[in-house]
Amino acid sequence: MTTNKEYLLIEREKEWRVELRKKIANKERTTKTRTQMPELDPFVRIRYQDREVNTGLTEKQAVAEASRCLDCPNPTCIDGCPVSINIPKFIKYIEQGSFLEAAKTLKETSALPAVCGRVCPQEKQCEATCFYTMKLKKDPVAIGHLERFAADYERESGSMSVPEVAAPNGIKVAAVGSGPASLSFAGDMIKLGYDVTVFEALHEIGGVLKYGIPEFRLPNKIVDVELANLEQMGVKFVRNFIVGKTASFDDLKEEGIEAFFVASGAGLPRFMNIPGENYNGIMSSNEYLTRVNLMNAASDDFDTPIIKGKNVAVIGGGNTAMDSVRTAKRLGAERAMIIYRRSRDEMPARVEEVHHAEEEGIEFLNLANPVEYFADPKGKVNRVRVQRMELGEPDASGRRRPVVIEGSEYDIPVDLVVVAVGVSPNPLIPSEVKDLKVTKWGTIVVNEETMQSSIPELFAGGDIVRGGATVILAMGDGRKAAASMHEYLQEKRK
Amino acid sequence: MTQIVEKVLFSEKVAKFIVNAPRIARSRKPGHFVILRVDEKGERIPLTIADADREKGTITLVVQKMGVSSAKLFELNVGDKILDLVGPLGKATHIHNVGTVLACGGGVGVAPMLPIVQAFKQAGNRVISILAARNKDLIILEDEIRKWSDEVIVMTDDGSYGTKGLVTAGAEMVIQRETVNECIAIGPAVMMKFTSMLTKKYQIPTQSSLNAIMVDGTGMCGACRVTVGGQTMFTCIDGPEFDAHQIDFDELIMRLGGYSDEEKLASERYF
Repeated sequence: MTTNKEYLLIEREKEWRVELRKKIANKERTTKTRTQMPELDPFVRIRYQDREVNTGLTEKQAVAEASRCLDCPNPTCIDGCPVSINIPKFIKYIEQGSFLEAAKTLKETSALPAVCGRVCPQEKQCEATCFYTMKLKKDPVAIGHLERFAADYERESGSMSVPEVAAPNGIKVAAVGSGPASLSFAGDMIKLGYDVTVFEALHEIGGVLKYGIPEFRLPNKIVDVELANLEQMGVKFVRNFIVGKTASFDDLKEEGIEAFFVASGAGLPRFMNIPGENYNGIMSSNEYLTRVNLMNAASDDFDTPIIKGKNVAVIGGGNTAMDSVRTAKRLGAERAMIIYRRSRDEMPARVEEVHHAEEEGIEFLNLANPVEYFADPKGKVNRVRVQRMELGEPDASGRRRPVVIEGSEYDIPVDLVVVAVGVSPNPLIPSEVKDLKVTKWGTIVVNEETMQSSIPELFAGGDIVRGGATVILAMGDGRKAAASMHEYLQEKRK
Repeated sequence: MTQIVEKVLFSEKVAKFIVNAPRIARSRKPGHFVILRVDEKGERIPLTIADADREKGTITLVVQKMGVSSAKLFELNVGDKILDLVGPLGKATHIHNVGTVLACGGGVGVAPMLPIVQAFKQAGNRVISILAARNKDLIILEDEIRKWSDEVIVMTDDGSYGTKGLVTAGAEMVIQRETVNECIAIGPAVMMKFTSMLTKKYQIPTQSSLNAIMVDGTGMCGACRVTVGGQTMFTCIDGPEFDAHQIDFDELIMRLGGYSDEEKLASERYF
């Protein structure tokens, strides 16, 4: 792969990079402060489901931010990137003003740069391993903002580059599911010359990028552009097709597909199994977000209904909970609240999302846990009973365990409850493939290095293996699986 | 895109559609359903597969005009196309030779019941089918059911066809007359509830196929939650058929009305 140290060094020693480094002294670079992402005013943005919160850096801001990057000889930031983007190279292109080259660099290893620039938790990845964070104890270079800038610049320039693709080798492979893991896999395999088909159960390609992440964080049209790019490279997309149901793996093998990458996602929402949870007006975040994002239910022109709650409680403290509660606010909730059983410090959601939610007037009922729901005579939820919690000793996850405060129950009036307490792996694929090894949680067992399952021609990645992770980790799995499937198929031909 | 190759009106509000879906025609089994979306603005509608023709590559769906989405589908004609169709979904019916099977179908519930009746007959069972509806016009697929049944009893609420009375009256008559080893009850939730109560009294194992509200149909959303034996199940992947004696029908009926306010508004806009 093109990410080894030697390659990075050769790239770094190219004349333009050397010249650029000389232009500004490192001391001067490190005195600059991190550029803040411009945002839409909270009072404006809560009125629109489809207006992006982050509006993107200007050219001037991007160049200024790029000049903070020291172009380190040992770029540790890359170690934090699951898809191994050549980070200093793309940032230096931005500093130089070669924005299209920067975008091209991103696409060397990432199938979805405009997506990652928006939804990756960079603060836990590349920016966490940036020299500024680790050694200078200063704010890291805003790698994520710059990634988004380069990808957006290219898209808006109208001159999108299509990555080079090897001559077709005629070998058919398939991806099951069309979320970030599959798209990343497909991008790498098509570059290697394979005949790639992506099968999707829903009527739209994109998986969680389409049904899950709201427009105000990731507009669908941006996903569509990245999909079009993959299509131009030759990836075939098949909608409304459930591998294992519409056709079996064996059927598809007979049709010539030699290997599969299963990335069917963690599509089974968890509930808490508390009394009253099946009342109307209580739904999973998957259902709520799918209705709004995939089915356009908030628009009167579309036939899918949605409950527009006035008092909305969202249960959970992850990114999906934030997406749900902020969606509810935008659909007119007077009171949109998070009910989370630990404190803000333990919240798994990105700090940025929590911050945005606070700005938008989301109420946080932390250290509280629902224990029962009540409904009107028609079965529509009207009240949730919560219990106060306090933090005890740290548990297996290292987070302090919430402990019930006895006798602390109280009721909150609600007319919509969204349960966002996690997902389990979708059992559809594992149940359709004989002899496929799965864990007791239902995730597919793979070799972590190769992403190969107990069935040699079947590779897997993303949430069906991890049980619930991020877009970028799924993409990393897709790349890993592509590399090892390539090796497997070439080996087979010897 | 899925083409409609045949449309037969059963009544003002019920029609049979035969659509082109070669892959599904080949892979479907009794009990399976599909989800379709008429057009870009459409809702995803689950419909049980009533029949399939592997050679012609078609499947049969029976549609009852109820809200906006089913009305849009109902208005389509031969040659028109359905934007999205996916399947087969759900678990297939467990077909085995038990002896005598009593199949009770209410209204359009006869459509999902047809392939099950056929399969039980082919498995060597004696099959007695009861077709029940409010009136004669709403009795559907009678000839097809007759083809795979040893006996067919028709019940109508108003007595306009067959015997006057509810499905349960017909069922009880059969149960008292001869040994019934297994029962199938498919139809409106209320009809299934009372049929299930009857067979429970006689301790006859009973399966019901549920028509819950769904979005994706693959286990992703949980809109189709149903309580079976005290546990929450998803109709789309754990069902659509369940042990009727374990189903919380009252909850099912309540949940089917989950969007009644929104549906009313949509109907006012559309009709």
